[in-house]
Amino acid sequence: MATEQTLTEVKTNEAGPWRDAWRSFKKSKISLIGAGIVLLFIILAILAPLIAPQGINEQNLTERLQPPSADHWFGTDDFGRDIFSRVLYGARISLWVGFFSVIGSIVVGSLLGILAGYYGRWVDTIISRIFDIMLAFPSILLAISIVAVLGPSLQNALIAIAIVNIPNFGRLIRSKVLSIKQEEYITSAKAIGMKDTRILFRHILPNSMAPVIVQGTLAIATAIIEAAALGFLGLGAQAPTPEWGKMLADARVYLVNAPWTMIFPGIAIMLTVLGFNLMGDGLLDALDPKMKN
Amino acid sequence: MKKELLNVIELETTFFTDDGPVKAVDGVSFSLYEGEILGVVGESGCGKSVTSLSIMGLIPSPPGKITGGEIMYKEQDLTTFSQKAMRKIRGKDIAMIFQEPMTSLNPLFTIGNQLTEAISIHHKDWPKKQIRARAIEMMTLVGLPRAEELFKDYPHQLSGGMRQRVMIAMALVCDPNILIADEPTTALDVTIQAQILALMKDLNRRLNTAVMMITHDLGVVAETCERVVVMYGGKIVEEGLVDEIFKSPQHPYTQGLIQSIPDMRYKKQRLYAIPGNVPKPGSVVQGCRFAARCEFAFERCTIEEPELYVVSPQHKSRCFLSEEGMRNERAVIES
Repeated sequence: MATEQTLTEVKTNEAGPWRDAWRSFKKSKISLIGAGIVLLFIILAILAPLIAPQGINEQNLTERLQPPSADHWFGTDDFGRDIFSRVLYGARISLWVGFFSVIGSIVVGSLLGILAGYYGRWVDTIISRIFDIMLAFPSILLAISIVAVLGPSLQNALIAIAIVNIPNFGRLIRSKVLSIKQEEYITSAKAIGMKDTRILFRHILPNSMAPVIVQGTLAIATAIIEAAALGFLGLGAQAPTPEWGKMLADARVYLVNAPWTMIFPGIAIMLTVLGFNLMGDGLLDALDPKMKN
Repeated sequence: MKKELLNVIELETTFFTDDGPVKAVDGVSFSLYEGEILGVVGESGCGKSVTSLSIMGLIPSPPGKITGGEIMYKEQDLTTFSQKAMRKIRGKDIAMIFQEPMTSLNPLFTIGNQLTEAISIHHKDWPKKQIRARAIEMMTLVGLPRAEELFKDYPHQLSGGMRQRVMIAMALVCDPNILIADEPTTALDVTIQAQILALMKDLNRRLNTAVMMITHDLGVVAETCERVVVMYGGKIVEEGLVDEIFKSPQHPYTQGLIQSIPDMRYKKQRLYAIPGNVPKPGSVVQGCRFAARCEFAFERCTIEEPELYVVSPQHKSRCFLSEEGMRNERAVIES
């Protein structure tokens, strides 16, 4: 008898939650452009050794500060190094710093955020106050202090940026966990005898990931700028690493006579950051449940 | 007499809020017998959901806590169990389904995924094939068509009625002795409601699972239950066989509830409503909790709290009018 009854109940459209998100992401041209820029930089970074016309540290002192030409598309710097090659390799460094610092922040931030949100009480109080203290500092100042302690290097700059961004993700996850643990499917998971850890990692965490992906994409953009800023201040990548911020700092002296030394690394920073931001906005629309339908 | 499965004795559940402790459940005692469907009725805030969560050991703590009484199951008191021990009981011995089928399933996983997970929690040693077969068997049993296909679907692709069927399948997949259904049909539309109730009755008969049906709808009780417990303000006010209670309700609150069921025979009659609101838990200290809303209330009601008086062997009522010797007076008042 039961089977006949269900005939009145109708199944709706196909596909899972991720495919839905992709469908909605595709609709926005701007976010596709953003994703395109990001993809382009990733490809350039991967293929840098094949594309670069010259080694990054190949000096040619007879060709110092040459303007852009057919030989040197982006011109040369004060050591006669090819800026195009250096900008290409710079993409590797910036993306590397961007991705891994954000992954670091997400992993640590998620863990702390989950603990704070799920267990609440004193755990929450301690973790949240630490976040508050960290957020009370301007982020670049905090990053500078951390690098000052660890010593200036690209790797330490990455660690500093990761630490600085932890509270952003921690708070985000905490608030998501707080709302998701009230959901009925969590109670019903408990009602079938599921363990806390399993509920946390299988049910609460995956469901709080959507805003983290959005925030993560946007945070990569910020991390790239912060890495460049630290490089510019001499606290990040050290010479002769072709880091974009460092390149900007070295080019300062030649701003008037050889502006290309500054323009091209600057454009590279701007474009990648723009790409990640546009992509992040698109993801926000695609993954935000409130924007559905 | 049927075997007693669950025996709740003087259960007290308190929520410790900023405004002081609030007793949401205050000395509730009842039994659930093997294979029966017991209705638990009352307005929102009367403590029926808290009672069921107490049995499951799922009272959010803090602020909630079981502060007294016993929940006897298989000669053991569940209130003394650790969380770890309770996890073994949940799903395997006592399962629960909830009001909102739309939000009771994790939106990120397929139906099959969630069903098999429910099985694997209690049957860790089962091979994958057996788990899958059991899940499909259960889906077919609750009347889900094309189980194999549905297995790969996500919750949002299913209608509310189908989702509630999945929830029932998930609850029954480990063969529990007791199923607590917390307003299982409230969020569904009327035709689907009837189907789900029929399904639950059918499964109760076939699997011999005892069901505790929590609802605010006396219609649901009349349709499915054999016995009913009426709750008001954290206490049981009337208890008995459904037939008897519908025929001769003893407590004025039950009478009000029955009167407020719409009756299609009389077209232009105004629907009866019990005046006033449910008292906030913990607000009434002295006398009968229903006195302020009761049309039969007299002086004694505001001073002394009535106990559960036995009306007939299976019928109890917490009203002075049900006390031996008061029955005549009752007839006078009612006429």
